[in-house]
Amino acid sequence: MIIKGGFVYDPTNGVHGEEMDICIEGGKVVEKPRGGDEIDARGMLVMPGGVDAHAHIAGAKVNSGRIMRPEDARRGIEPRTKLLRPSTGYTVPNCYAMGYRYARLGYTCAFEAATPILESRHTHEELEEIPIVDKGALTLFGNNWEVLECVRDGDLDKLAAFVAWGLLASRGYGVKVVNPGGGEAWGFGGNVKGIDDPVPNFGVTPIEIIRNLMKANEILRLPHSAHLHTNNLGKPGNYETTLATLKAVEDISASRNRQVLHVTHMQFSAYGGTGWRDFESKAPEIADYFNRHDQFTMDMGQLIFGSATTMTADAPLEYGNARLLHAKWSNHDIELEESSGVVPLVYGRKMPINAIQWAIGLELALLTKNPWQFIMTTDHPNGGPFVNYPEVISLLMSRAKREEELASLHELASKRSSLPSIEREMDWNDIAIVTRAAPAKILGLPEKGHLGVGADGDVTIYDINPANVDPSKDHKKVKGALAKAKYTIKGGEVVVRDGEIVAVPQGRTYWVEASVPENQAAKVKADLVEKFAKYYSIQMSNYMVQDAYVTHPRVVKAGVI
Amino acid sequence: MAEDVLCPFCGCLCDDIKIEVEDDRIVGVKRACKLGSSKIRGHERTKAPMVRRDGELVETTYEEAYDRAAKILKEAKRPLLYGWCSTVCETHKKGILLAEEVGGVIDSTATVCHGPSIIGIEEKGLAGSTLGQIKNRADLIVFWGANPAEAHPRHSMRYSSNSSGMFTPEGRKGRKVIVVDVRETRTAKNADKFLLIRPGTDYEVISALRMIVAGKGDLIPEKVAGVAKSDLEEAAGMMKTARFGALLFGLGMTHSRGRYKNVDNALSLVADLNGFTKFVVMAMRGHYNVAGFGQVCAWETGFPMSVDFSRGAPYFNPGETAACDLLARRETDAMLVVAADPVSNFPRNTVEGMAEIPVIQIDPFPNPTTLLSDVVIPSAVCGVEAEGTAYRMDGLSLRMKKVVSSPYPTDEEIMQNILDRVRRLGDDN
Amino acid sequence: MVILLKAIMISGRTLGQGASCEAKMSPEFFKATSFCALSELDYNALGISEGGNVLVKTEFGEVVVSAKKDEGLPAGVIFIPMGPWANAVVGPDTGGCGTPQFKGVEVEVEKTKMAVMDVKELFSDLKRTGGEAS
Repeated sequence: MIIKGGFVYDPTNGVHGEEMDICIEGGKVVEKPRGGDEIDARGMLVMPGGVDAHAHIAGAKVNSGRIMRPEDARRGIEPRTKLLRPSTGYTVPNCYAMGYRYARLGYTCAFEAATPILESRHTHEELEEIPIVDKGALTLFGNNWEVLECVRDGDLDKLAAFVAWGLLASRGYGVKVVNPGGGEAWGFGGNVKGIDDPVPNFGVTPIEIIRNLMKANEILRLPHSAHLHTNNLGKPGNYETTLATLKAVEDISASRNRQVLHVTHMQFSAYGGTGWRDFESKAPEIADYFNRHDQFTMDMGQLIFGSATTMTADAPLEYGNARLLHAKWSNHDIELEESSGVVPLVYGRKMPINAIQWAIGLELALLTKNPWQFIMTTDHPNGGPFVNYPEVISLLMSRAKREEELASLHELASKRSSLPSIEREMDWNDIAIVTRAAPAKILGLPEKGHLGVGADGDVTIYDINPANVDPSKDHKKVKGALAKAKYTIKGGEVVVRDGEIVAVPQGRTYWVEASVPENQAAKVKADLVEKFAKYYSIQMSNYMVQDAYVTHPRVVKAGVI
Repeated sequence: MAEDVLCPFCGCLCDDIKIEVEDDRIVGVKRACKLGSSKIRGHERTKAPMVRRDGELVETTYEEAYDRAAKILKEAKRPLLYGWCSTVCETHKKGILLAEEVGGVIDSTATVCHGPSIIGIEEKGLAGSTLGQIKNRADLIVFWGANPAEAHPRHSMRYSSNSSGMFTPEGRKGRKVIVVDVRETRTAKNADKFLLIRPGTDYEVISALRMIVAGKGDLIPEKVAGVAKSDLEEAAGMMKTARFGALLFGLGMTHSRGRYKNVDNALSLVADLNGFTKFVVMAMRGHYNVAGFGQVCAWETGFPMSVDFSRGAPYFNPGETAACDLLARRETDAMLVVAADPVSNFPRNTVEGMAEIPVIQIDPFPNPTTLLSDVVIPSAVCGVEAEGTAYRMDGLSLRMKKVVSSPYPTDEEIMQNILDRVRRLGDDN
Repeated sequence: MVILLKAIMISGRTLGQGASCEAKMSPEFFKATSFCALSELDYNALGISEGGNVLVKTEFGEVVVSAKKDEGLPAGVIFIPMGPWANAVVGPDTGGCGTPQFKGVEVEVEKTKMAVMDVKELFSDLKRTGGEAS
């Protein structure tokens, strides 16, 4: 097919709003196709398909959220049609709604933020049922007994071999680290207080876990860097933990042309103050650090007012949320590996803390000078559901809209953040970077996020004319156009037309197969044989995710050898 | 010898079973308890498909059985697709799709089992863990309205009271066991403390414990539901001072007066206890894949059970859309039963509702539901003759194995055949 | 001696019931689920002879089951394994939550000379009015 004459934004290839054709054949972008359909994209915005690098879309804790929230399922109900299964849910949509809604937004790739190895079969069962988008999952390692023991023993090569094995066992794509050490302490109801606080019974500190996993990640030359949810997330004053963490890993080099560490949903980790009373934003300090250290990247974790469901492997945080808010609370500890929690809540415009949190996300985005170090997310559904991405984009592009919003919020949003003074407005090039090009690069997906020859034929056409519309003033138009793609094209197939789903292909699941020296793999196996014999509640032979659960794999090779 | 086979009986989903096979036949079962080994060894099977003609079930072909089943479901205005607990998730997915396409109601055996627990979780959430976490850490086990000695025989030794792990090397000796029940069961005989309560008083007793835990014990009378205050204080004290406590509850809570309110209160007790120490709670799911149905149904429809598609969009309201409600009120006009036996397990008056409507049964084994069925379709036994996915009581998913072949189609294949024929019968909207 | 015992019935799982629950047409299942256990006190008070039967009645129905003693039961509580005999006396009301009350059913128990019906007989009076093949 040829997508004719649209205003193309393809930052990876230096294209900034040029009126040009995009040609797709055999599911890939080509120079010239041999015929095929034509789509008239004149007067419209053309971008690569969106890439969501961090969202909670599949697996045990997402389903926990669904099961405990029938009141959420009752929202957003759409009946079945000849083509579509029924949709339900707002913050915890059913699998079909996930795929349909991403596609309508113009997203063609989404990654599950955290899968525990033991329960990854479940993650993949759900990923398989999310239609259209390509996907993958990041595997949790930060509280795993084998990891903690390797760190304690200083055995980096064995740790790398274990990470490789864990990615295979979970069919995972990368190394996810959440409140390292805290998840293990939570096994007896505790937590870690900072990056130097030793983990009970293991004697290693969170920063040691982070450093070692980062190094193992680089030994294996994985496509993505280690992906970190910081310790002390959500606590007033935690920006110090965030900066201390980053400073403590400045010396580590990336093995590939990418960041060495990605810090996720930074909004929740950019807090000042000593308690809720003097709670304030420290986004400027965080952004300033990133402006001076280009080996780190972050994603936003923007708050959306209204209903949200917090769900994270930071189980002690969720317990704290539940007690503070008198909310219903689900918890799930996973033997030898991780723990997680789910708590529904509502973010209110007049709640001072929420108002400040809302401002912090936007500050981080606007104060980080280089958009390639930044990804727009809401940490769906923790900050809010991903269907609200157009809202976030329109805020990033319009100071006037931000002012309107600020006026409707609790005054502390203006007093305790620098947002009112920020003039910067992102342009389409910036938006294409923070929603497509940067997430693809940061995740290490060379065929995503751009429209150069050889890229996947994933293209979105939005019915908005960059030549006529001023996003700064017409932010309503921006939000409206981005909420319903004129066309979403996935692998060269039209899946959305005029905001409606017209095709439901199955996407592919990325996972990484990393090779390691045989002797290291053998050492890991010996450790695991012992753990399964003594501690796990299942047999080792039943542990790994089988081929049956990943029917459309896209395997990326990596490794030591 | 087939090793590390998963047992297809109860919610323990033990995965260390050894099955001796000779000439494609099972000749021995090792490690499984009496319940599992009995099922694995096998029972009398329904030999061939049957349809009812002139009051009698007569043998027929699979083709005719599929045609009859599809016709019944297609012509019904609000068919009920029920059961699912003893088959694999792959079957559940087809069942939900079929329910959507025929505009019926899909429900699982959870609604006569731990359905109230699901409702309790909808109120309060579930502070839980995997079974291995309990094995490795728990120094206090509380069984409430549960009798694992008879319903989950290997649970104590694999996961709870008698298990040992990283922080629990002494096993049973290193922990305390409290049992709360209305009678002294076999499980109670292994308890360090047994609280005998009067039937239907779970709610009051839990409330009393919560008050003691919260430091308000002086407001409690000397006896609550027949239990002495000193016993309650001792139990609450054991809970508060445990290093890691686990409350495992069964149908004593869900089937008694109060139903989901008992569970709601128990979940709240556990949440309260987390203010003092580490505590988790677990519903002792009965069948090996009833939890799996809840998971699949939740990610596919947004709701875990009792989902009514008759209006085109999922509608969930147990009390109105659960199997026993529909039958008792005569609000369903056909029923498909897969891997369950409602005629045995529903109240008699509810079963009378089944007598008035066409019933299709898909099951390897004949049972009282067969007596009321109009179409009977025998299938392979999942976990022995067919592979697929199942979820253990703690939500862990594992893959069931196929150990021997069988002449029977799998539940999944049968469902697909019915689905194909329903589609051929016309417009599915 | 008591002619009519007012008691609370609990129904539930047993090893015997579970081991035969996929063979419900078998004599093992009959033996495992068609009995009622009573406390020694109640058993003796009703004057049941060795191997005797009892009639259990509620507003919803009645059923004849064989009787045995269980020292774990308190007076006033009887136990029938889950299954068609127990369910003959359980009511259909789900209390607005979908689940009938299988435990804590108020019953009346008396000794009887009537025989225990087998599983086919239990349902033989259910008139099938729906679903015949044409």
